[in-house]
Amino acid sequence: MWLELTGATVALGARDVLSDISATVAAGELVVIVGPNGAGKSTLLRALAGLIAPRAGTIRWWGKDPARTERRAIARDLAYLPQSYELAFPFGVEEVVLLGRYAHQRGLGLASDADRAAARDAMEACDVADLAARRFDELSGGEARRVIVAQALCQGAKCLLLDEPTTGLDPIHARHVFEMLRTQCAAGSSAIVVTHDLDLALRFGGAMWLIAGGTLAARGTPEAVLAADATRAAFGLGIHVGVLPDGEKFAVPAS
Amino acid sequence: MSEFVAARPRGPLTARRLAIVLGACVALAIVVALIAPLLGIVLERGGWRFDVMGPGALDAASPDHAIFMVRVPRVLGALLVGGALAGAGCALQALLRNPLAEPFTLGISSGSALAAVLAIRFGVEGAFGSLGVGGAALVGAAATLFVVYKFGQIDRRLPPATLVLAGVTVSMFCSSASVLVQYTSDFSEVTHMLQWMIGGLDSVRLVVVGYGAIPILGGCAVLVWYARDLNALAAGPEVAASLGVAVERTQRVVFVVASLLVGTAIALVGPIGFVGLIVPHALRGMLGPDHRLLMPASIFGGGILLVVCDTLARTIVPMHHLPTGAVTAVLGGPFFVGILLRQKRNAAMWARA
Repeated sequence: MWLELTGATVALGARDVLSDISATVAAGELVVIVGPNGAGKSTLLRALAGLIAPRAGTIRWWGKDPARTERRAIARDLAYLPQSYELAFPFGVEEVVLLGRYAHQRGLGLASDADRAAARDAMEACDVADLAARRFDELSGGEARRVIVAQALCQGAKCLLLDEPTTGLDPIHARHVFEMLRTQCAAGSSAIVVTHDLDLALRFGGAMWLIAGGTLAARGTPEAVLAADATRAAFGLGIHVGVLPDGEKFAVPAS
Repeated sequence: MSEFVAARPRGPLTARRLAIVLGACVALAIVVALIAPLLGIVLERGGWRFDVMGPGALDAASPDHAIFMVRVPRVLGALLVGGALAGAGCALQALLRNPLAEPFTLGISSGSALAAVLAIRFGVEGAFGSLGVGGAALVGAAATLFVVYKFGQIDRRLPPATLVLAGVTVSMFCSSASVLVQYTSDFSEVTHMLQWMIGGLDSVRLVVVGYGAIPILGGCAVLVWYARDLNALAAGPEVAASLGVAVERTQRVVFVVASLLVGTAIALVGPIGFVGLIVPHALRGMLGPDHRLLMPASIFGGGILLVVCDTLARTIVPMHHLPTGAVTAVLGGPFFVGILLRQKRNAAMWARA
């Protein structure tokens, strides 16, 4: 297993936001995390990225505790995209994507040909290559989001931890991001994605985790989790999974 | 829109661009350093006379003495001090992600001046010479930066508005305290204190430049070394950490080095305002925000600007030396207001803070 969570309890200040989470993630897996607002999804992702150490229990990536590993070493294996991303300085788009190469560079870190190639591939995969010469702070919300996904991808990590990567994206680009993730996972990476887009989660997720009330309330295939009683209880509304004439599945809240 | 002005992106930094810009910086610094000591000649009673001022220089009989013993150290001192202030300003703006961060606005200058005033009042100078006052200024700078940091911190974040608020508060407290100390001092002490609080390069001698050179050159080298980390920190501490930056170490090192630079600069020449604010902003507008280019360019730019300001202070009014700190403040005040106005238009800044 790449990731092993054993009874992880995560506190923010004095409050336990997550308690007793146990789960695993294997190579090539695309895990989607769903749940109501304030359930602790983002906190879980930050803990997985090693940005918060669990108060009790353990989080192990390839047997190592991410909160106690040197950041440069962990950054080559794990890329993390936060829910809100605010850049203080008006960097250009290509410069922002190249920040993803930090852990691969030394000294002043002038971009090598390999770095430039990685950035170009990531920008193409996220459909932002045509924005390369623009200034990051002048992009629309959705464009900026895609650039940040490209930054995470450019990091060349084995596992991507993405907190709502499709927020603000138009439906086509949102779908495109999940297609890109599926390609990545088919090539042997894995990804853990927090999302509120249940449709995309259903179609692309290999496994789904439901976080509700600070616990891992359900875990399994997306269809099974969306149909679970725990999901109805968490959202206060059932999720109806249907099949379109072309065989593609969809999910909508239903009373 | 970002709170910082910057040039259009020119793509990622290349070694060629770095070499061109730094080459231009070095060339400009050399030109300025060669010309500045020659300025200040005034025509008097039909002949050339060198307008030499400053303690110990009045007996200078020959122009050579004026140039080499007084003006060359003064120019070297200005290069070092300006570089230290602009480098520290650039680093603090990046670290705190705050366009208003600067030794003056963070209260460091006032805190340092208070320490110097106290040192003069309690006779440290008599016991340890002017190095004692300089040392006190250095300690004062570091202590103030620490206090402002702790005041401005909410949880583990440093919102721009609270930080500047903390800086202004500490600055006012220190200024008032300085006035109270002056009130209890005798006339010669007060004169000396005022000299300190205005800031100027009149008393800079070669040996003092020598003392300052080591911490300032070392500190500037450290800041350039951390330039890439500062770039990553622009995206916030959590993103920087996940990119691979040892965030806490970077914050600690850069903060300590910036305090050391500011403290050393103030110890050498007293508080000189706004160089640390103007230079990084102006250069960011010309060169873009990449600190691998911006940091060294700011260090050179700060040095060059201070040499120019100091030469102006020395020469603009014939036979009178204006305090250098007053010249930079007169230039810097309107600049600061300009940045504030720009931010006021950008209402999001206040909402976010």
